[in-house]
Amino acid sequence: MHFLWQILINGLFVGSFYALVALGYSMVYGIIRLINFAHGDLYMMGAFIGFTVLSLLFGKGGGTALGLVLAFVLAMIVVGVLGAGVERIAYKPLRKAPILSLLISALGMSLILENGVLATPGWGSQFLVYPFTSSPAGFSVFGASITYMQVLIFAASLVLMASLQIFVQKSIFGKAMRAIALDKDAAQLMGINISQIITLTFLLGSILAGAAGVMAGLYYKEIDFMMGFDIGLKAFTAAVLGGIGNIPGAVVGGFVLGVLEAVGSAYLGSQWENIFTFGVLILLLVFKPTGILGEKIGGRM
Amino acid sequence: MAKGRHSLTAGSVALIAGLLVPLLVRNPYYIELGVQIEFYMVLAIGLNMVVGYCGLLDLGYAAFFAIGAYTTGILMTHLHFSFWFCIPFCILGAALAGVIIGGPTLRLRSDYLAVVTLGFGEIVQLLATNLKITGGATGIFGIHPLRLGAHAFSMTDYYYMMIILVVLGVVGAYSLRYSRVGRAWHYIREDEDAAMAMGVNTALFKLYAYITGAMWGSMVGAVYAVSMTAIAPESFSYSQSVLILIAVILGGLGSIPGVLVGAVLVVVLPELLRGVALFRLLVFGLLMVVFMILRPQGMWPENIRGVFKPLVGKTAGKKPGNGSALSLGGGGE
Repeated sequence: MHFLWQILINGLFVGSFYALVALGYSMVYGIIRLINFAHGDLYMMGAFIGFTVLSLLFGKGGGTALGLVLAFVLAMIVVGVLGAGVERIAYKPLRKAPILSLLISALGMSLILENGVLATPGWGSQFLVYPFTSSPAGFSVFGASITYMQVLIFAASLVLMASLQIFVQKSIFGKAMRAIALDKDAAQLMGINISQIITLTFLLGSILAGAAGVMAGLYYKEIDFMMGFDIGLKAFTAAVLGGIGNIPGAVVGGFVLGVLEAVGSAYLGSQWENIFTFGVLILLLVFKPTGILGEKIGGRM
Repeated sequence: MAKGRHSLTAGSVALIAGLLVPLLVRNPYYIELGVQIEFYMVLAIGLNMVVGYCGLLDLGYAAFFAIGAYTTGILMTHLHFSFWFCIPFCILGAALAGVIIGGPTLRLRSDYLAVVTLGFGEIVQLLATNLKITGGATGIFGIHPLRLGAHAFSMTDYYYMMIILVVLGVVGAYSLRYSRVGRAWHYIREDEDAAMAMGVNTALFKLYAYITGAMWGSMVGAVYAVSMTAIAPESFSYSQSVLILIAVILGGLGSIPGVLVGAVLVVVLPELLRGVALFRLLVFGLLMVVFMILRPQGMWPENIRGVFKPLVGKTAGKKPGNGSALSLGGGGE
């Protein structure tokens, strides 16, 4: 019983990364109906930028709270700008092109990011150990041990998700985003600057992915240039699970997938984790392609 | 049909040149390179039916290649099947996997297939790495090479065998393209809603495209297993799927001569860039983005409605192209 409880807790932590990345997928899909293949790689970029900032500050280990905040903020800014840049360079010229061209361009961008990191001196192809030693101190809840670090990561991700939700629901930009998602042409007729809002959507999604990347570095303590590939697949599954295009749905999907996967891999063995996730995706597409909170997606919109 | 004749001339010249290569070039390195190009050619022809003809993005094509190779490897080493007897099993296995993956996914928007196939490719590689019967990370070795009487096939023999496969693929792909099924694929690619409105069962025809590609890929996998005599999971990775896709995209979606040229590029470019091997996929990624923005129809575009000007001779009184090759996935304008 304690074992299962601990697994559930760990699943929730991992689920918070999935949720943050799934948000970016879901927002972009909601607004321009594109599966952004480069999104997982933006998460990876976040992890690497965090790595570089922390290495410059602390060398091989140690670390202070202030340095950590700096790493988060820098990773979020750089990845946010990068994500918006990817949109401007690779997607914006193709806005009127068939979806296949856009998907191929997204795939190309993903290859550029992955192999760009691979070819960067100091990053390269090997696993890098995250240069931040957090204290193993923590507490236990009904027998499940939780470190303070985990609480911090979890809290930070909740804050980010809540801020996004408030931004999308309350701000004028959020309103514009929702309007475009509903009807792009009508939104344009109402004087909304579509290009600007689409870039903003990419910026926000990428900021979240950047933060998730640093969190993943801190949590798994190890990063590599292909780490975005797996999470891309999983976050997409999470987004579909929650109902793609739906912000609370992406969060719910992330957490549900995190927990499902933790339980699944505990009982089946961790080498089957990806197969388990993928099985979830296929079953979902067969039985409930609209996800838990989603709109209708059968056929084309 | 003057144009068809010109393509035929160009094709025959290329074929004769291909047949002469082993007679003129003695260096085994070039023969192996040739075999590699031929493998990418046949795989690209298969993937082109899915991506080029029907407009479905398949990011896990190497999975079917793997299914064929592993089915052959297992049947030949464990059960001592003869190679030719393995092929029906490969095709059956691939068709089954294609239905399981494509069936539920293709009812939805076509872009879902991209992610699902991405996952499928990953799963197949994971299974190959983790299962006992597939030999784990080391794979399967000691697959008997093909024999003709007492003569065991050499690399040059496989080179000729692959030429036959390329020709079969080209002829098959051309005949499919202008068959009833091929025309349905083309409608779906250009405008899925309109195709549906005209009574085309889009889900079914998309499944046909996916499964046709799958069966062809697995057959190529079978030949791969027997010609290499050893197979390992890394030959069927995500980057393999991506490389085949790059051959199709850069060559020209839907264009048979295009994907053949694309396959040559995919093999030869990295050989030329030996010194900067690290940048290989980086260069291909850049090319993909640039091509999609500036030249989505690829290097050698598909020949519909006179877009394509043959290399040999003049175009015989065809209307100038109205850029139909520019619309790849569905009515763009």
